[in-house]
Amino acid sequence: MSPGAWHRFADSRVLWSFRHDKVAIVSFAVMCVYILLSFSAPLIAPYNPYDPTTIDIMDSEIPPAWLENGDTRFALGTDAQGRDMLSTILYGTRISLTIGICAVLLQAFLGITIGLISGYFGGRLDNFLMRVADIQLSFSTLMVAIIVLAVFQALFGTELYERLAILMLILVIGIAEWPQYARTVRASVLAEKKKEYVDAVRVIGLNPVRIMFRHILPNTLSPILVISTVQIANAIVSEAALSFLGLGMPVTKPSLGSLINSGFEFIFSGSWWITIIPGIVLVILVLVMNLLGDWLRDVLNPKLYKE
Amino acid sequence: MSVALLEIRNLEVRFAMRHVTLVALRDVSFAINRGERLGIVGESGAGKSVAAFSILNLISKPGYISAGEILFEGRDLTKLGPQEMRKIRGNRISMIFQDPMMTLNPVLTVGTQLTECLHAHRELSEPEAREIAMERLAQVHIPSPEARFDQYPHELSGGMRQRIVIATALLTNPWLIIADEPTTALDVTIQAEIMDLLLELCESQNVALILITHDLGVVSQVTERAIVMYAGRVVEEAPTREIVRAAKHPYTQGLIGALPQQTESRRRLKQIRGVMPALTEIPPGCAFHPRCPYVLDVCRVQLPGYSIKNGARVACHMVAAQMQTEAKESES
Repeated sequence: MSPGAWHRFADSRVLWSFRHDKVAIVSFAVMCVYILLSFSAPLIAPYNPYDPTTIDIMDSEIPPAWLENGDTRFALGTDAQGRDMLSTILYGTRISLTIGICAVLLQAFLGITIGLISGYFGGRLDNFLMRVADIQLSFSTLMVAIIVLAVFQALFGTELYERLAILMLILVIGIAEWPQYARTVRASVLAEKKKEYVDAVRVIGLNPVRIMFRHILPNTLSPILVISTVQIANAIVSEAALSFLGLGMPVTKPSLGSLINSGFEFIFSGSWWITIIPGIVLVILVLVMNLLGDWLRDVLNPKLYKE
Repeated sequence: MSVALLEIRNLEVRFAMRHVTLVALRDVSFAINRGERLGIVGESGAGKSVAAFSILNLISKPGYISAGEILFEGRDLTKLGPQEMRKIRGNRISMIFQDPMMTLNPVLTVGTQLTECLHAHRELSEPEAREIAMERLAQVHIPSPEARFDQYPHELSGGMRQRIVIATALLTNPWLIIADEPTTALDVTIQAEIMDLLLELCESQNVALILITHDLGVVSQVTERAIVMYAGRVVEEAPTREIVRAAKHPYTQGLIGALPQQTESRRRLKQIRGVMPALTEIPPGCAFHPRCPYVLDVCRVQLPGYSIKNGARVACHMVAAQMQTEAKESES
């Protein structure tokens, strides 16, 4: 990044509109806080929820500190196993964000590659790839994920599954949603392909891979950015849903979804905080990402992307 | 005369549409020598651009070369594989497009786009490529090339961008530049500058130039020889000076007659009546006969062959008949 590039960014419409949009500023700030806190969880969390030696079953189901019977050691109370909720939520958010971001990276990689090839080469290949995408989309993400994860657990046992849970969730959510990217990218490629600069680089004698990735791809970035924010939120929700159904992260390494799930059975026995607090954390995270996505969509291209 | 740099023989290009196959170029032949400047003139839709794209084997999808040869230094380009073709594109043959607003990628800096062309064809380090690019930018008279190098296309004016496009075309020292209406999108004062620049560069570096345009004025300034195309066919080929001074084909005469003349003010511009037929409805016989003021009966049925005289050729029944009578007169 040269100083010129920085000046361009400082003068750009994107930054201007960001500075004049309170919702965007707040959302962005909240997201930064989430990312900072969750990824520095091992440093700032008061306890390590993965270390069974720090957990005392006698501390279980202590309400948050500001309530009656609260304990100042546990600011947000403890869960049924005696784990500190604050620490567990921090670690859990980290897992949720990791899965969300990695799954979207995988989606984007698959979707962008397939979308570029489909749009650039066109013809039968395009038809074939887009029909595959249609078929993929006609199965809902959750259905595919439930089947795959349940079969995996049944085949290889829960022990192996618990070790590979993060990887499996990333793969399943990543593969299930690539058509979103492929379709968006393909549509932009079709529009870009007709422009003269593509002819011009073909005339220069560049190979198709270079033309696709270096010349066409940067011109399709704005819709990609927009769906990326929405897709991360979606992936986090999918992961939470799967975990809630017992097919996601194991209770020993809980994500936000499995935390909500683990507290669910205690909600009527009065220990509402085990479910409600991670639930609020999840809702705010998803809301903030969607708000940012909306803002980006309005700024980058008011006409191109509406869904 | 030595072997031509580029020779096109009986080129035919078709477009396979859903129900019909349209013939966009029929029996097009011409040649260009090293360092020569050839103009291709014709109305919109005459097949000028299709001819240019077919030289580079870049006609887009429904179109294809159905017959003929394109010999570049003796090699038939129509038979080359995609990889060998890429070595020729941008390396030996460059192309300049009509609209400089559109031919530069909006999201890459000028410098990236210049050096990329070099990297595609030469094994060069980044500083070496940069140096060559700077040299070319200076050649096309771009002030302070260092500053331009890191700018994006939208920060430059149209004339400046076309200069950059020309610099890109020159990067690899090509032998042939195909310029497809290079000045149409620019305003008149810049047009002259850009044309002068092209002419100067082609002369100083001995690059052959194929100039595609509908502007006979530009052709007469820059080129040595010109071909006139009508409905996918070459109707006349002659040294540019003769075409401008004494065009033989009625269509060429019409084009020249339609040029605005400053000496005869207050007169209506002459125009060729009618419009060029669409590819779907090219009339039988000479394609120009419905618009031709000298139409003969034979024109309606028979496609005229070429009458060749003094290095010029014309496809017209009337001219052929004239030449025959002239020949008889000189015999007797």
